[in-house]
Amino acid sequence: MSKPRNWSFRITWFRLLLICFVIGAVIAALYRFYFGLGSVTHLSDRWPWGLWIGFDLLCGIALAGGGFSTALIVHVLHKDKYLPIARAALLTSMIGYIISLISLFLDIGRWYNFWRPFFYWGFHSVLFEVFWCISLYTTVQVLEFGDIFFEKVNCPSLKKILGALMTPLLILGIVLPSLHQSSLGSLYIVAVDKLNPLWWSMLIPFFFVWSAFFLGPAMVTIEGTLAARAYRREAELPVFQSLTKVTLWMMIIYFIVKIIDLNYRGVMSQAFNGSYESNMFLIEMIVFVLLPIFLYAIPAIRTKLWGVVTASVLVVAGVVFNRMNVVFTGMAKSVGGSYFPSFWEFLITIGMWSFLILFYCFVVENFPILPKEEYLSHESSIPSKPGVHA
Amino acid sequence: MSNGVLVDVTKCIGCRSCVTACKSWNDLPDRVAQNTENWDVPLQMDSDTWTQVNYNLVGQGTQRKWRFVKRQCMHCEEPACESACFTHSFVKTKEGAVIYKPTDLNQDYCVGCRYCMIACPFDIPKFQYEERFPYVQKCRFCYDRMTDGNKRPACVSACPTGALKYGEKEALLAEGWKRINGNAQYVKHVYGEKEYGGTSWMYISDVPFDQLGFKVNVTERSIPSYTWQVLKWTPYIFVGWGALLTAMRLYTKGKSVAHDEHEMYGPVDPK
Repeated sequence: MSKPRNWSFRITWFRLLLICFVIGAVIAALYRFYFGLGSVTHLSDRWPWGLWIGFDLLCGIALAGGGFSTALIVHVLHKDKYLPIARAALLTSMIGYIISLISLFLDIGRWYNFWRPFFYWGFHSVLFEVFWCISLYTTVQVLEFGDIFFEKVNCPSLKKILGALMTPLLILGIVLPSLHQSSLGSLYIVAVDKLNPLWWSMLIPFFFVWSAFFLGPAMVTIEGTLAARAYRREAELPVFQSLTKVTLWMMIIYFIVKIIDLNYRGVMSQAFNGSYESNMFLIEMIVFVLLPIFLYAIPAIRTKLWGVVTASVLVVAGVVFNRMNVVFTGMAKSVGGSYFPSFWEFLITIGMWSFLILFYCFVVENFPILPKEEYLSHESSIPSKPGVHA
Repeated sequence: MSNGVLVDVTKCIGCRSCVTACKSWNDLPDRVAQNTENWDVPLQMDSDTWTQVNYNLVGQGTQRKWRFVKRQCMHCEEPACESACFTHSFVKTKEGAVIYKPTDLNQDYCVGCRYCMIACPFDIPKFQYEERFPYVQKCRFCYDRMTDGNKRPACVSACPTGALKYGEKEALLAEGWKRINGNAQYVKHVYGEKEYGGTSWMYISDVPFDQLGFKVNVTERSIPSYTWQVLKWTPYIFVGWGALLTAMRLYTKGKSVAHDEHEMYGPVDPK
């Protein structure tokens, strides 16, 4: 901190609207806690998992994948040119996880029992691993963020402790998400004969963790562009472009493994049988995997801001589309019935994502998260000082 | 000794005495709206209805016949619900019953995540959505009766035609095959012998099982074995991946230029 500044949070009409959503969601959530799930959701015995698990948890965690992929690139591989985005990626990831934990808490029927799995080890359950990893990783992220927090809030002793813990925290902060991003996929291994074979696979943990990782750079690109637009700054285009290589190659591998997996299990023909599931699968593969691969592969497109942003939006939408296909499309035929979220489910979801935006704005306006503008687009000018490491 | 029930579909007359017996023994309320006039509509189980009899109008050649199938929890040998639960709220007892909230100790360990409902291949666990603090509900194989002098489950004791037979599972399986081999009308299959690693409730029928609403050609492996095949790698990945990352960090750290992060980042000024 060069010069200390007081806390600030500017109120605009847009932010006021978001605050209204948050208040509405809080009221709906309190109502749900008191009157039970049946009173606010359209969940049923056929559709025990709905919008909150499908979108807020599965997609929220995947979208927060920017945190661990960036941490790996910046803090383990020490690719320093990506430093400008590191803290923003950590921040969005942390808020994403907090939201996922809140939605999980909302979704469980006996919410006062949420802590039970910590003490009663159902280690043969995938959910056990997911629960432990997500809780621990959220804690790790809060601690990592503490290091930034104490740059503003002066408390040298705590900052020193956190500084000493940073290496194990960073490593845990990559190992834990790697484990549970894959476990979120493994959750559906149990649904053999229920989940459509186009999505069910013993490799589903690989597909989940791999896609969460390659989604990271795309998510960082979108966040960075939005933040730049909102704060009238220059977007970190060179960083985004350079990151496309990671996504490009990982998506190519993803696509190849997908094809091999479908062939190995002998279900390739099901992708072309004209059923609802097969059409959704083809859209997922062509629009959200192949198309971004081409956009990323063509230099004339990926060097432009609109190009890299378009491709990134497709990648992010594609991962959401994939998770939705697993939770809803792929299960629909075997469980029957129908599910469409209620107004209240939507309201709570919208409220939570509104909270994410508000919290992000508050933090970047008050804490050193984004690079100072003089360091943007001059990679060489990242200040270096011997003896102090990232 | 593990118990089971052999259901002979050819003997069921669809009287639904078993449903009533189940409701009265377990003190479950009736839901009038459920009792539809249309017999051919498949009835659903719910948190207050742990068993249900469905009516199937089956065409075979020029013949048409009614077949009635009682459905309830199959009480798998290796239950998917038990493996999916992260608080041990399900247990497969040595007597053969798969029960929820099994002991006095873990009465209230369920968090209501409903992963058991995703996991169950027969879609058996049901949730009390209308309750403030809901439980999962399902058939308990009348475990209270089973442990009280090995009494038959309420549904079996109510069956007037002998379509349900309670006993030691292996003996019932042998009897099922004896009936099949002694009468050419039966389909050559005991449903539940191998499905998902075997179940304590088994069915024999003279009509192909897929026409009676059963899932056929399913895996013969138990569902927990699929999960475990993946989950067992967790500790190795944790240690191995962690070690690899630490090594990479230390290796690249030496080669990189150090930065002063304090100088680099700053709060954004909202313009």
